[in-house]
Amino acid sequence: MRAAAGPVRPHWAPLVAGLERLGREGLRERGENVRQLLREHGVTYNVHADGHSATRTWELDMLPLVIDAAEWAELEAGLIQRTRLLNLVLADIYGPQTLLKRDLLPPALLHANPGYLRCCHGIRPPRDLFLTLHAVDLTRAPDGRWWVLSDRTQAPSGVGYALENRSILSRILPDEFRESHVQQLGNFFERRKAGLRSLAPWTSAPHIVLLTPGPYAETYFEHTYLARHLGYQLVEGNDLTVRDRRVFLKTLEGLQPVDVIIRRVDDTWCDPLEMRSDSILGIPGLVEAARAGNVAISNALGAGAVETTALLAFLPALARHLLDQKLLIPNVATWWAGQEKERNYSLGALKSLVVKKAFAGQGELAFGERLDSTALQELASAIRANPHAFVGQERVALSTAPAWNGYRLEPRPLILRCFICATTDGFAVMPGGLTRVSAAPDSPIVSSRYGGGSKDTWVRSSAPVDESAQAEMIPPAPRQERVPSQVPSRVVENLFWLGRYTERLEDNTRLLRTVLSRLAGEGGPAERGELAALTRWFAHLQLLPPRLAGRLDEQQLTSEIRELVFERNRAGTIRDMIGRMGFLIASVRDRLSGDTWRIVNQLQTEFPASMSRATPGAILQALHRLIFQLAAFNGMEMENMTRGHAWRFLDMGRRLERAINLLANVRAMLSTDPESTALGPLLEYTDSTMTYRRRYLARPELPTTLALLITDETNPRSLSFQFKALGRHLKELPGAGEAKPEEIQFDDLNALLTNTDIRELAGEGELTRRRLETALKQLLDGCWELSNLLSASYFSHVPARVS
Amino acid sequence: MLYQVTHRTTYRYGSDVAVSHHLAHLHPRELPSQRVSGYSLAVDPIPVVEDEGVDYFGNRTSYFSIGSPHDRLIVTARSEVRVSAAPVPERTPPWQEVRDRCASDRLTEDSAAGEFRFDSPYITRKPVYGDYAAASFPKDRPLLEGARDFITRIFRDFKFDPRATTVATPLDEVFKKRRGVCQDFAHFAIAGLRSIGLPARYVSGYLETLPPPGKARLVGADASHAWLAVWCPGHGWIDADPTNNLLPSDRHITLAWGRDFSDVSPLRGVVVGGGGSSLAVSVDVARQPEQITI
Repeated sequence: MRAAAGPVRPHWAPLVAGLERLGREGLRERGENVRQLLREHGVTYNVHADGHSATRTWELDMLPLVIDAAEWAELEAGLIQRTRLLNLVLADIYGPQTLLKRDLLPPALLHANPGYLRCCHGIRPPRDLFLTLHAVDLTRAPDGRWWVLSDRTQAPSGVGYALENRSILSRILPDEFRESHVQQLGNFFERRKAGLRSLAPWTSAPHIVLLTPGPYAETYFEHTYLARHLGYQLVEGNDLTVRDRRVFLKTLEGLQPVDVIIRRVDDTWCDPLEMRSDSILGIPGLVEAARAGNVAISNALGAGAVETTALLAFLPALARHLLDQKLLIPNVATWWAGQEKERNYSLGALKSLVVKKAFAGQGELAFGERLDSTALQELASAIRANPHAFVGQERVALSTAPAWNGYRLEPRPLILRCFICATTDGFAVMPGGLTRVSAAPDSPIVSSRYGGGSKDTWVRSSAPVDESAQAEMIPPAPRQERVPSQVPSRVVENLFWLGRYTERLEDNTRLLRTVLSRLAGEGGPAERGELAALTRWFAHLQLLPPRLAGRLDEQQLTSEIRELVFERNRAGTIRDMIGRMGFLIASVRDRLSGDTWRIVNQLQTEFPASMSRATPGAILQALHRLIFQLAAFNGMEMENMTRGHAWRFLDMGRRLERAINLLANVRAMLSTDPESTALGPLLEYTDSTMTYRRRYLARPELPTTLALLITDETNPRSLSFQFKALGRHLKELPGAGEAKPEEIQFDDLNALLTNTDIRELAGEGELTRRRLETALKQLLDGCWELSNLLSASYFSHVPARVS
Repeated sequence: MLYQVTHRTTYRYGSDVAVSHHLAHLHPRELPSQRVSGYSLAVDPIPVVEDEGVDYFGNRTSYFSIGSPHDRLIVTARSEVRVSAAPVPERTPPWQEVRDRCASDRLTEDSAAGEFRFDSPYITRKPVYGDYAAASFPKDRPLLEGARDFITRIFRDFKFDPRATTVATPLDEVFKKRRGVCQDFAHFAIAGLRSIGLPARYVSGYLETLPPPGKARLVGADASHAWLAVWCPGHGWIDADPTNNLLPSDRHITLAWGRDFSDVSPLRGVVVGGGGSSLAVSVDVARQPEQITI
């Protein structure tokens, strides 16, 4: 920010002036705002280490890294040169291999390289573009020169985080942002999209999807975020299938051709037929489809081969040979131990070098100067045993940038990740990038995995930014014809189960409240009678142990209920269902609005972790709060989701679950409570108390209560209401009216309900009561069967396996 | 020697398979010592797509996919192959010289063969394998002498036992149990050679099913067989069969080679659906009477 103790560099001036205006308190407040926004947006990073997994909130420092226009112009030219160069290297090693024949690359650089995929040799990707998105990690030496540390060429991550960082920071520092004339990121994404479309010349409107390994992936947040931002479908390997050497998306309406795949799955996992046979993330036959030229993949399979740091030392000569140019941005000096001279040098200079695994994703850094003599010896013998796997790199002093640590500004070492994408006729650099800083001022390790933070990167424009001028350069997207909804079957299934679990969560919460409100209350004789009836009813549903049925041991009861609410490791507790709901939400995150996500996120984080001593009153409070949040979620979904198949399945899940729970609870009450003592709690549980009172102005009685809960079509909690909704949905499904089994099943069920005179069956007498029991059981079993038939018709995507 | 080979693979599935994709390495290679005079591949049910290709290692491949529900799959490869004994050099260079020549940074015949010095999906180099191999390779011993000694030791130390291992058994376990089948012995031998820096490749093929009169039946007939080859500068690859403790002559038929089994699996497939499955493989390699020209 300052040239050593000198004045503030001019390109930082507007930012620094702004910060000085804010003062310490102002800064602290902004810092808090950043954290708040990150939490609300659910910006996360999944960490898998030592067998543990954790979802970490993304860290963003409120101070951006500022780069001036002239410095950036130089970087930009160098980055584009590098992407072109690596593309040419890939085209050669997967083709004629003249670089080996001319001694520009040692053969072992390919032969020992696990990223070099032999099954991809000879495949020429569309437009001969192997790299359509390239990430370069750069560091700046104290003298201000930029150096390349490494390349990411497989499935680079960070573009989405950079975009999210920008959206947050431009809100936190709006004045400084404007006054700094920061170049916008939007244009880069438009050019990227145009570039992706140009990879599928065989169609005028390419179908582009983003392939993710799923919610456990480290950067899953980014996958969902990018899919939404770019307007592409987020798919998992199982959603795609290869038929006749073409890739298709499995949707409710059938198979839809896919032209371009943005893959966030590492290449060896992409096709179990020709690569790792243990992969369940891939698409069998994908390599053959690529070989036939029927699908474009970004980046091409095998592109990871040039990620190796072993390649760095050869790039200057390769640039001269392939481009007839000098390499514009130098690499950090690198010695590959796979070569004899370089190995001997590295072994001799071990103490002053950083030792890295040569092949990407294979290991960590060892800083020679931090090792004692035993550790150095061990490292040396590891290198001798398998020299090709290691490189030695010059130890560069990372330049620092000021970061806010919550109390004050302190200098942190930084690495800048820049992104280059293929456009329709060349390459473009994202004006900005993802700046990462180390977790502590004296730590040389800069990685999200080790808890470092990130920064927005502001590239200043020499003139005020004119977005309209930039936008003109992009060819417009072709007008899309009306296409089928193209919802992947997996998404529909997850939404169906999201509907079911959300409803089950709400239902159980309401059910538990009936007991808690009585435990927390004054305990008059009427309430005590209801409570005893409730314990029998709950024991019948196996929510309570049989020994508590009918007994009024308040302490025991409270402790059992506490477990039903907070226990993590028992299926069906409130806590367990919140977790399941969270997982399903994560897997369909690209389908839900930001607001919906924020509500669910709040629900997840706010629900108390455990309350070992909580009183019934305190638990009740937590459940009340949960009901509000669920209502907010339901409201969002009712008011904001497009009425397509996605919403339809979500709502079908909810309706079916509500029907099932209602029937199960009515049956439990009837069989444990012959006196109908617990009609009050039953109405409470079904949120129908007010309606009943207004309508009947009397104490609840069985026939009228059941009429309200089973056959009253105007009561949104009644069975009839659920059936009407289900019937409407079923008519709208693909293939409706073709007498599919689920339609037949539903018609039978509906007829059964319509023909049941519930008031009559709720009357006195042994025989009528048995007829009531039978009718309720038939309805309940029928609902379960309907659920199974829906699954078989719409979700049966069996995973592939290797033989 | 002229052979008629019939290799039939039958899968039966517990329930219908909706879609399946397969990759076959069933076409014998054309070699100076091996001429392929006939080949056919029959797939039942009939595939929706079939594509012949040549893989990275020069093996001929067939990719096919079946697009309609089926509960069984029968793949029958038939070929007619004439095999003669490949020449074996009388003198070979000291093994360390081979190791060093293959490690060159410049592209030569030897450093190209050096591709087979490194780890591959099924074979990871380890010091313990290297230690085992090193006993056969004292300083300056000629390569082939070392290799012969090495496969003889494997033949003696390891017991042929089809029940001891599966395709998925890791090499460490094979080494610990000292039991396995031809594929395990080939993998282990390759691991040992690579661990001391020598290139070695995996060869998949067949053995003559019935022995000629007066000769013993070879182990591993009736199924596909596997062995290895070592690189000898100035000569080329030399095949070695640790399962039978011999250097193959005219009773081994070469299908394909690669870094290990994963590169050349005779028939690999991914099926969608199908429930459980059972697999039956039959191989028949029949010596044909030499045609008499009238």
